[in-house]
Amino acid sequence: MRLPLLALLAKEPAHGYELKQALEQIFGSAYPSPNIGQIYVTLGRLEKDGLVRGVDVEQSNRPNKKVYYCTAAGREALDEWAESPSEGPRVRDEFFMKLVLAPMTGIADRMALINRQRRHYLAIMRDLVEVAEQTDQDNRAAHLLIEGAMLHLQADLDWLERCQEELA
Amino acid sequence: MSPANEPGPTTAAVQAVNLVKVYQTGGLPVHAVRGVDLRVDRGEFVAIMGPSGSGKSTLVHMLGGLDGRTSGEIWVDGKRADTLNESGWAILRRQKIGFVFQFFNLVANMTVADNVELPALLGGSTPRHARERREYLLGELGLADKADASPAQLSGGEQQRVALARALANQPQVLLADEPTGNLDSRNTRDVLRLLGEVHRQGQTIVMVTHDARVAGLADRLVTLLDGMIVDDGAIAPPRRRTKPGAGDVVELRG
Ligand SMILES: Nc1ncnc2c1ncn2[C@@H]1O[C@H](COP(=O)(O)OP(=O)(O)O)[C@@H](O)[C@H]1O
Ligand SMILES: [Mg+2]
Repeated sequence: MRLPLLALLAKEPAHGYELKQALEQIFGSAYPSPNIGQIYVTLGRLEKDGLVRGVDVEQSNRPNKKVYYCTAAGREALDEWAESPSEGPRVRDEFFMKLVLAPMTGIADRMALINRQRRHYLAIMRDLVEVAEQTDQDNRAAHLLIEGAMLHLQADLDWLERCQEELA
Repeated sequence: MSPANEPGPTTAAVQAVNLVKVYQTGGLPVHAVRGVDLRVDRGEFVAIMGPSGSGKSTLVHMLGGLDGRTSGEIWVDGKRADTLNESGWAILRRQKIGFVFQFFNLVANMTVADNVELPALLGGSTPRHARERREYLLGELGLADKADASPAQLSGGEQQRVALARALANQPQVLLADEPTGNLDSRNTRDVLRLLGEVHRQGQTIVMVTHDARVAGLADRLVTLLDGMIVDDGAIAPPRRRTKPGAGDVVELRG
């Protein structure tokens, strides 16, 4: 959440609660609703690293609120984030470790492992279908995120089928 | 206990008992389906998955009487069906079974509307009811404006959706489908998914061969075939309950 928060602050200074609302609005139900405590902790760390600066703003008959700004160092960190490639497909797949090691150690039957994993993926898919149904049709970012997760699952399922054909 | 919950072949929507199919074409026999036991209760949505050549199409074709069995039993709505002759199957299909194929088999010289209404009329619906049902189905599938077109004027994806509408026209006891979303782009697939979810919630029994995980994600139960045999058969866990609608999250789902 560190860099997304920083990116929002590069757009305009904001306090913690505004950031929480902005994240919810942009990503909708497709992204975990961030908890306000996590946001404050993250902002504290960003401030300690010099990437943001917090300024107390007085409020009439309320406690002061802290508004955060993105610093020059923060901008640099964002540039670096934008330029670095994001993580690609997983090669270290925990399920695959189980699958390969199972017959050597006798911990599980491969067919049973594959079948269980397939149903697990479909349960996730079923959940995603529901999330998609409940997501505002106009929130395109959220729908794209859900579609991406679905396509990943499709690939995972296709790959399971390959494992079953080859290994079972 | 309600009749639907009683055990035995008498009450399943469709059931296969030790079903076997051996193709004898020229050279070596092909053991396409090797002793399948499958009971589908009313209202269930069963997805059938498995690698190419594992016998999925053969199985659902046999369940719909489109392919003869080598041995074993088929029961549809409590009646023995594998012993029926061609015309017996034709009547049973008309009354109880909707079928969507990988290829669509629409009647070329009839309009889209007539293609969809025909099974309902053959199944005994009044013309008014058949028309209303057709309007509803084509509307849900984004095809309302194609009602007067002929099948040849439609794209593959459109024809496939018409085939689905036709299969659902007379609210069949069971919908059998063989890869019904194979020709659809993702927007059309979304319409099809929505309709399938909706008719399933209305109680439609569905048995569907699919490679599409989004389609399988609508099902309550997954059956996996490998080499003509069922190697897995079980429930798909239902979606998690969410306190407020939309409070879900993709990222934690992957956890
Ligand atoms: N009409 C047929 N004649 C001979 N063999 C067939 C025929 N139809 C299917 N098969 C064979 O039966 C097996 C199962 O095929 P099918 O049911 O189409 O599998 P799936 O739908 O899972 O891809 C395959 O080996 C296939 O080649
Ligand atoms: Mg097939």
